[in-house]
This record gives sequence, C-alpha cells and structure tokens, in this order.
Amino acid sequence: MRIELEKRANPSTLFSILSPFLALALTVVAGGIMFALIGKSPVAALYSFFIEPLLDIWSLHEIAIKAAPLILIGAGLSVCYRSNNWNIGAEGQFIAGAIAGAIVPVVFHDWHSSLVLPLMLIFGMIGGALYAAIPAFLKAHMNTNEILTSLMLVYIAQLFLDWLVRGPWRSPDAYNFPVTRDFVPEAILPELISSGRANLGFAFAIIAAVGLWIMMRYTLKGFEITVLGQSERAGRFAGFSSKRMIWFSMLLSGALAGLAGISEVSGTIGKLQPIISPGYGFTAIIVAFLGRLNPLGIIAAGLFLALTYVGGEAVQLTLSVSDKVTRVFQGLLLFFVLSCDTLIQYKIRLVFSRFGQTTEGSAH
Amino acid sequence: MSAVGASEGSPLLAVRSLTKLFGSFAACNGIDLDIRPGEIHALLGENGAGKSTLVKMLFGVLSPTSGQILWKGEPVRIPSPGAARRLGIGMVFQHFSLFEALTVAENIALSLSPGISLSKVAEEASRLSHLYGLPLDPKAHVADLSVGERQRIEIVRALLQHPELIILDEPTSVLTPQEADRLFETLAKLKAEGRSVLYISHRLEEVQRICDRATVLRHGKVTGACDPRQETPASLARMMVGSDVASVTAAGTNTKGEVLLEANHLSVPARTPFAVTLKNVCLKVRGGEVLAIAGVAGNGQGELFDALSGEYPVAEASAVAIRGKAAGNLGITARRLMGAGFVPEERHGHAAVPSLPLSDNLVLARNQSDRKTFLAGGVLGIIKHAVVRIASKRISETMDVRKSGDDPAAGSLSGGNLQKYIVGRELDRQPAVLIVNQPTWGVDAGAASRIRQALVDLAKSGSAVLVISQDLDEIFEVATEIAVVSEGRLSDVYPAHDLTREKIGLLMGGMYGKTEGGEVAHAH
Repeated sequence: MRIELEKRANPSTLFSILSPFLALALTVVAGGIMFALIGKSPVAALYSFFIEPLLDIWSLHEIAIKAAPLILIGAGLSVCYRSNNWNIGAEGQFIAGAIAGAIVPVVFHDWHSSLVLPLMLIFGMIGGALYAAIPAFLKAHMNTNEILTSLMLVYIAQLFLDWLVRGPWRSPDAYNFPVTRDFVPEAILPELISSGRANLGFAFAIIAAVGLWIMMRYTLKGFEITVLGQSERAGRFAGFSSKRMIWFSMLLSGALAGLAGISEVSGTIGKLQPIISPGYGFTAIIVAFLGRLNPLGIIAAGLFLALTYVGGEAVQLTLSVSDKVTRVFQGLLLFFVLSCDTLIQYKIRLVFSRFGQTTEGSAH
Repeated sequence: MSAVGASEGSPLLAVRSLTKLFGSFAACNGIDLDIRPGEIHALLGENGAGKSTLVKMLFGVLSPTSGQILWKGEPVRIPSPGAARRLGIGMVFQHFSLFEALTVAENIALSLSPGISLSKVAEEASRLSHLYGLPLDPKAHVADLSVGERQRIEIVRALLQHPELIILDEPTSVLTPQEADRLFETLAKLKAEGRSVLYISHRLEEVQRICDRATVLRHGKVTGACDPRQETPASLARMMVGSDVASVTAAGTNTKGEVLLEANHLSVPARTPFAVTLKNVCLKVRGGEVLAIAGVAGNGQGELFDALSGEYPVAEASAVAIRGKAAGNLGITARRLMGAGFVPEERHGHAAVPSLPLSDNLVLARNQSDRKTFLAGGVLGIIKHAVVRIASKRISETMDVRKSGDDPAAGSLSGGNLQKYIVGRELDRQPAVLIVNQPTWGVDAGAASRIRQALVDLAKSGSAVLVISQDLDEIFEVATEIAVVSEGRLSDVYPAHDLTREKIGLLMGGMYGKTEGGEVAHAH
C-alpha cells in the first residue's frame, strides 16, 4: 500500500476554508501530546494556553498589543509574497523603523511638540522602507536572492541597535543600563480605550490590513501584484514591470514593518533597549501564511498568534514550563498550515496495488 | 530480426481494453491496439485525445487503471521506463531531455547503465548513426546542434537499446521538410529490419505517406482503425475530429492599404546564452496583408516576437514602426495604445495566467488600451469587474469558447478554447496591427480553423496581420505574403502563391537573401 497525492482538477474551495482550522486542530492535538510528554495535564495546559487569556480584559489588551505588529508586518509581507518577493527580513526592518523613529525623542529629547509623534511615525516608516530598499536594490539590479540578503540584514539591525543603546544613545540617567532616555510624553503613542494598555498601533494595523485588502481585491495595482507573482512573463506581456514590483513590494512591507517597530517602541516600551521584539518579524511570516496571504485573514491570524504569545506566558506562570513552548506552538502551527494547504490542490488516495482488479485477475 | 518470421500473424504488442482514469476522467477508455512486427503504425488524434497517455502507459511512465498489455502474446506489466527498455521498447519524446552543455556522447551515456566507457559509447553511437543515415558527431556539444540533430541523438539513444518497438511522439513537428524526409528514410530502414514503429502524429499527409496502418483516437476512445493509404485526408480528419472541419477561405486579392507594421534593420543581441541573435530583420506589412513567417522552431521566432511586441524593447526607435510611427524603444503598453495587438506562443504563463479567471485574463492584455472602459477611480485604478465580465462573455460568444461555468480559471480550458479566447481578446479591439506567434500550436483542428479564419477576416477588414508559424499548412491557408526566418535572419518576403513547400524548405535551411534566393530558383 502507498499514499498517492493526486492533483485536483480545480482547487478545492472546501479545503481552502477548512485548511487553517484543520491545521489549528492538529496543532492543538500535537501540543496536547507535547504537554503530556513533559508530564503536565494536557487539558489544563491547553486551557490556560488558549482559553484563559480570552477571559480577562487585561490579557485581551495584551493580545491586541501583540497582534498589532504581527498584523501590520504580516499584511505588508502578504503583498511581497503574493508578488513572489520573499522578504524574510521584516524583523530587521522593524528594528530599523524603531531606530529611525526614535531619532526624534532620543536626539531631540528636549523638544516638546505635538509634531513629535507624527514625525516619529513617518521616520519609522521611512527607516523600515530604506532598510528594505537594500535587498530590493540587490535583487532588482544585482540579481541576488532576497531571502538571504533580507535575512542577513536582520542580524545587522539587531547588533546595530545593541551598539546604539550601549554606546552613543545610552541614557545618562540609567545607571549604565543599556537603554535610551525614556521618551517624552509627546512621543508616546496614545492608548486606544481607557480600559487597558492597547494603543493606536492596533488601529494602524486594522487600517493597513483593510486598505491592503481593498487594494488587492479591487485595484489594478492588486491585479499587477497577483499577475507578477504568478508569472513574470505574463506580467511583462501585460505591461507590468517585475523590477518595479520588487521595489514597490519591498518598500511597502518595509515601511509597514518600520511603522510596527516605532509603534511598539513608542506605545509599549517607551524607550529603546537591546531587545525590542520577541521575533514579531519572523512570527509575522506565519501570520501571513496562516491568513492565506489575505489581509483580512491576516487580522484573524495575527490575533491568534498573539494569543500564543500571551498563552505561552500564562502556562509559563501557571505550569512553570519553558517559554520555548510558544515557539514550539508557532512552529507546529506553520508546519500544519503549510501541509494542510496541500489538500487544496491535491487529494490523498490510498493505493493498494499498481494495477486494477481486472489486470490482476487475468495476469495470474 | 528474429521475431520477423516467427510471429508473422501475431502482434508484437497488443493492448486490450486499456483504461487510464485521472480521478473520474477517462484519459484512455478501453483502448484496443495491435502492432505487428515490421510495421509503421500511426496513432492519430487531436490534442487531448489520449495519445500521450496511451504511449506513457506503454513506456511505463504511467500505470494503467485497468486493461492488459501483451508483449509477443504474453501479458506483461511495465512498471517503469527501464522495464520497457528491457522488454525492447524504445521511445523518442516530443520534448527532448538533453543537457545542452554536454556533448552528444555524454548525453547518450547518461541514459545507459553506468560503467560503460565514454569512448565505447561514442564509437557505438557513431556506428549506429551511420548505419541508419543519422549523421551525428559524438563530440559535438548539444547546444550547437539544430533541433533535427538533437532529435537524432534521441533516436540513436533509443536504438542503442536494440528495441523491437520504437515509439515516436510527433517527431516531425520540429523538423524542416528536408529533415523530415531524412527521418522517414531512417524509419523505412528500421521497418526493413523487422522492427516496429508506433508513430504519433496529427499530420495526415505524412501518416498517409509512411504508415502501414493507423489507429485513430478521440476523447480517449478508438474511433477508427484503417489503412491510411485507403483513406482521404478528409476522412481521416473526420475520424479525428468527429465532424467535418470548416476550410479557411484565404484573404485572396483585397486592396492593399498603407504599411502598418515595419521592421527596419532590426537587430537584437541574444539575451541568454541559448537565445538567438536577430540580425538585420526587415519587413513591412500593409493593411489587408497577412505576412506569415515560416521557420523551424528555435530560429529566432520568440526573439522576433519579443522585439515586435515591445516586451523587450530595442534601443533604436526606428527599428520598429507601428502605423508609421517609430516604436522600437517603446514598451508593449505604448505599442498597444498605438493600435497593435499581440498573441504570444505560450498560452500558460505568458498570454494568460492559468490560475486566474478568464475575465482577469482580459484585463491582463487590455488594462491600458481599454483603461476608460475597464477602470474607474483615476489613479486608484479600480477594476470594473462587472464590465470586464460582460466583455469577456462577448468574446467567448464571438469565438465560440467552450468552458464550464461563466468565468472559469483560464487553466481549466482546453488548449484550443483558451487560444480562441486569447485571440478573441485581441480581435475584440479591432487592432490595426496583430502579431501572432504560433496561432494554433497544440490546438485541435476545429479551433485551429476558427482561429485562422478570424485572422484572415481581420486582414480583410484592413488590418495588418503578422503570423509567425512552424506549420506550413497553416501558412499556406492564411498568408498573402511569406518570409522565412533562419538563425535569426529573415529571408525576403515573397507573395504566397510564388512559393512552394520545397522552396520554403530550402529557405529554412538558411538560404536567405537576394543572391541566394536567385540560386535557389536556379536549382530547381
């Protein structure tokens, strides 16, 4: 007996809807097995991982805070991936945006003005876009692989941030801790509602995702992205330029990652420090795929992965398991999403012999 | 060979009610077929008739869902191409599997069991190639060889296994008439040795010329078994298509208009190491004319299309002129706005995106030329899907595009129907200039005649039509003028009625230009 994948005549609509949920169910089952193996009750662990955070206003705010960068970055990445440009370096663009945006409150720390925040946000987007421009230039004009260049630039950004906060930007009042000055109140992203910490970053994320969804669905630009992603040659025939698309998609996703970076620093942390992201730029890749590269799907996926961050912290506290559990869950989820997506294009058949019954019968 | 006398009456290979299902779709449905020793057996059928599926089962690439294959009377299972070779079945595929950077001998050695020295392979290959009239230099690099020579490598590679049955899949589709003649001599020699040949084709003329018997497939079923020499092309076509094929009425003598498309000393360097350099191409197409450019595949047709369509513009503006205006340095969008329409050779991934619905594929070609109709919102460029879908429906109806559902994915259409749509998409604009590369490549006979008629009608209405084609039948059907492209050079343009197949064949071989043209005339 063997298992055969048979290509479907048409992609299955049923499975394209079902696949994320199937992946989710498999992740939960695999996660339960993992908890059982380390000697914890799977039911209790899964409850505090997935359910408990949803029952508390405080943790709902935490979910919104963590979902905001994931959705912002993920929505930008979906444009990249749809156009066949594989920006893996959103984490670096996130940091670059945070650094560029922080120039205003760190270098001009005496400046109190309502212009500070808008300038920071604009600088953040420019910073992220410029950082993404490096792999864009290398791909468009030097024919390098953007997966490698964008990924390697992540480490450069991380180390550059580390150097900044330990060196030139270190706060004189922080007892030699590697942090910058606290941002002035005018540089802090306001909270969304009075009940908790969730800030404007979440609004940015929703606006960006809905805007990109409209672009992808209704405009010629969205069509251009889809066509160039499917076939560069057909895009050229349509009069679209794949080189310009490299620039467009990389700068767009870079700008959104940069906006996520400065929103995180300004809204949640309030200063720069060596580590400003628990891997949002990488997790957003999972978000983008879990959301089927559809910006509206990405909102849902971003909220769900934010839940895994918050849930991970919860089980860490209640069951004292390692915080690596979050990473394992995220990895499992991506693995199952990608494998379940196979079912959209293929169906599984069990084959018991190479020949049909008639041949078997007459040949012997 | 030994089998000749022994099994005079009994078939070498017999197929009994062989069926292959892909899901619920029967690509082959209860096929019966007998191949006798020492015969050339034709397998006829349109694209999608199930010919390829059948031979893939015979060669062990696919396994049948049900049915039986008998080799010399014994039921056999053919699980892999290796097993097929061990039985004595050799195959020459339509698309060659050769490494261009390696030599002939190295390519042949790759398909043999390891451990045979390269010099021995070269020796054996050159012995066989001379024996069968297939001249081949074992040390030559494949990249330097013509398509005909590459095909010889594949044939020699098959012959090295001493097969008793050789399957050839559309072997002449890439050959000049002269090269095809040489192939037929080789086949006759194989037949004389008592080997059998299964010859897959949709060219009725050559099937009648060389084949002893023919089996015709349609929709996965055998619709006829006959002696092709007893049949007329029309009766064979009827078996293939299931109905009479409308004949195309040629453009004839209509009044010639102004020059609408012009290439002036168009030269384009090769973009990749395996591309062809265009050298000094000059042509003029007037309104009302159909200029057909003949030539064997890979002689610069694709490059010529790219340069004329503006997908890859050239530096000198004057090298291409559309409706009297220089356009050489302009992109495809600008040329469309000047009134030109384009149909590239490759349907999937060039002329159309297979995964997108037909209406989106209409936007693909006409997003700027019909900007006012299809887009709203100024710079936002919001696509008016409802309007596009109505236009798409109109095109489907005009061109008789058969499809499932209102707006299915382009990839779900058969080749012929998708091509009708792609051609219809341009005709719907009434372009002043239409440039088409291989209009009916891999298209069934019914759709092909529909497309050709549409091209002729467009020219009749006063447009200039340029058709790049490898199919001489097609060229003689539609063309008012003919030129031949060979190694990136274009011959002079001749009126269609002044040219014969033989003369085109010589031009395909590279006898271009005025002086040579004169010699060609003398040679006959």
